[in-house]
Amino acid sequence: MNAITDTTTVRSFKFGDRLFFNVARAAAVLTLLLLVAIIASLVYGSWPSIKQFGFGFLVSGEWNPPQDRFGALIPVYGTLATSVVALCIAVPVSFGIALFLTELSPPWLRRPLGTAIELLAAIPSIVYGMWGLLYFSPLFAEYVQPALAATLGKVPLIGSLFDGPPLGIGILAAGIILAIMIIPFIASVMRDVFAVTPAMLKESAYGVGGTTWEVVWNVVLPYTKVGVVGGIMLGLGRALGETMAVTFLIGNMNFFNGFSLFLPGNSIASALANEFAEAESELYTSSLIELGLILFVITFIVLSLSKLLLLRLSRQEGTKT
Amino acid sequence: MLKSMKWLAMPLMATSVALFAQNAAAAEVTGAGATFPAPIYAKWADAYNKATGNKINYQSIGSGGGIKQINAKTVDFGASDMPLTPEELEKNGLMQFPAVIGGEVLAINLPGIKSAELRLTPAVLADIYLGKITKWNDKAIADLNPKLALPDHAIAVVRRADGSGTTFIFTNYLSKVSPEWKQKVGEGTAVQWPVGLGGKGNEGVSAFVQRIPGAIGYIEYAYALENKMPYALLQNAEGNYPMPNDTSFKAAAAYANWTKSAFYEILTNEPGKDSWPITGATFILMHKVQDKPAQAAEVLKFYDWSYKNGAKMAQDLVYVPLPDSLVKLIHGAWGNIKDTAGKPVFTAGK
Repeated sequence: MNAITDTTTVRSFKFGDRLFFNVARAAAVLTLLLLVAIIASLVYGSWPSIKQFGFGFLVSGEWNPPQDRFGALIPVYGTLATSVVALCIAVPVSFGIALFLTELSPPWLRRPLGTAIELLAAIPSIVYGMWGLLYFSPLFAEYVQPALAATLGKVPLIGSLFDGPPLGIGILAAGIILAIMIIPFIASVMRDVFAVTPAMLKESAYGVGGTTWEVVWNVVLPYTKVGVVGGIMLGLGRALGETMAVTFLIGNMNFFNGFSLFLPGNSIASALANEFAEAESELYTSSLIELGLILFVITFIVLSLSKLLLLRLSRQEGTKT
Repeated sequence: MLKSMKWLAMPLMATSVALFAQNAAAAEVTGAGATFPAPIYAKWADAYNKATGNKINYQSIGSGGGIKQINAKTVDFGASDMPLTPEELEKNGLMQFPAVIGGEVLAINLPGIKSAELRLTPAVLADIYLGKITKWNDKAIADLNPKLALPDHAIAVVRRADGSGTTFIFTNYLSKVSPEWKQKVGEGTAVQWPVGLGGKGNEGVSAFVQRIPGAIGYIEYAYALENKMPYALLQNAEGNYPMPNDTSFKAAAAYANWTKSAFYEILTNEPGKDSWPITGATFILMHKVQDKPAQAAEVLKFYDWSYKNGAKMAQDLVYVPLPDSLVKLIHGAWGNIKDTAGKPVFTAGK
């Protein structure tokens, strides 16, 4: 009697396990299938444009709907440039925030400050866009851009990046708004990983007379580098694909006038948002879809690079010890 | 077994009942397309609904979307700010008719210069948008405005970033008046602009123009009026500088040769001494052969009602109602919309 009940429980357990295993596997497979389906439909949708322009699509700076001639260079450049600007600003600031919150801040301030920064991540991007256009950009044009042109603009080599009329709209303005948008992501990941550094490691470092900076730079950061790189990549991923806020501030210019960050440009996501609804000819639509495919590939490359970076970091660790 | 069948059958029956119920209520039609006329279509639909109980559901998804949707037959009518050429209509078995007229003005931001003081010729305007005239005190502009003190300020050219019928009308105008523009840039809902900042929507362009000193940008007249933005006067085809308003938009519409072909008429640079040069109509697209004649008749009934009763509402929203002569032509053209048996679905005036 007992034996029978036992085997049935075991069997039902087994059945439950199998069911759970299959459901979980189905979820994973479904994601993969979706990914494949997205790639397939992007390639299918962009086929007319791939056939027409071939590799030239990637290197052509022309975007001319009336004559049906398209190239991705300007939106790709704008996407990368705004993301790089955003990272240049967001990474140091986020590092500072995380450092302050975990090491320097008085304990009573940590929670409200941390929550406030996380709240920034909850603001919809269209709000950032409108705030950027209506409030940030006028101030930026009036005070910040002339100041930048007068200081950094005079430095040889990078000076030409801060050249041109201060319009308050352009790649730099879009990059700064993007930085504000990705800071909460990077900062909260950094804070969380900094917080899990074993107290013993830090205490020992302080014990041998390390300053806060030395402790963070030589102990906390090496210990948490995987998490830190992950957080930065999360921010970069968001910056690459951000649409509405960039659309409002980048100036949407499909014509290359120079490398200055003050000039208007265009990004892939912004071009898609602006032009998809009104694209009539087949080639126009499929060129836009090909832009989407390129963004997909860029994101894929970024993710692979970050994985490679992490692999290299862990290998170095191996040689050191 | 039976039990499970029943479970399956229940929702099926419920759906079919719901479908039948909807068919019986009938008078609900769907349209999609241009954003420019969306406010007036919504207002007309609301008033029409109150007067007749029939529902018009309009989705403003953009002209390009409207054309795609009507070709796919997912809507009863499409709407576009850009008329289709007779060949395109023929290819897709469509017909089109204008619904309402609007105008575009060039909003400017020049400290010290009031609305309707600055005068521009088509050639100067084209050169500004080509990036050849870059300063407000350029001789070409100064010669046209001897009484104005024009500042030594860079011109910030502003235009639409999103594909739009407004851009189509504006670039169509520049292509008509400037051979260089036609050859270098051309016309379309989006073009490769040689200079300028792109704002999203009329509101984006308005925001840029209001904020940047020395800016000039094309926007719908209603927008300039609402935001009290100063605008420039533009020389028309006969050398006059009319004020942009109902009268000059209507004048342009009256000079248009509507009978020519399938209402393919873009009202830019029309003759007539009072005609505003950048005027445009917005269009409704329908299939000539209707699988669902009752639905098509409802659409036409709605526009018939709106032409008759909607003029005041249109004017309140700064659109220009169509002249009576044009409405008569449209009534005639509606005879081409037939059911599969070849019978017209609706006759106006009954």
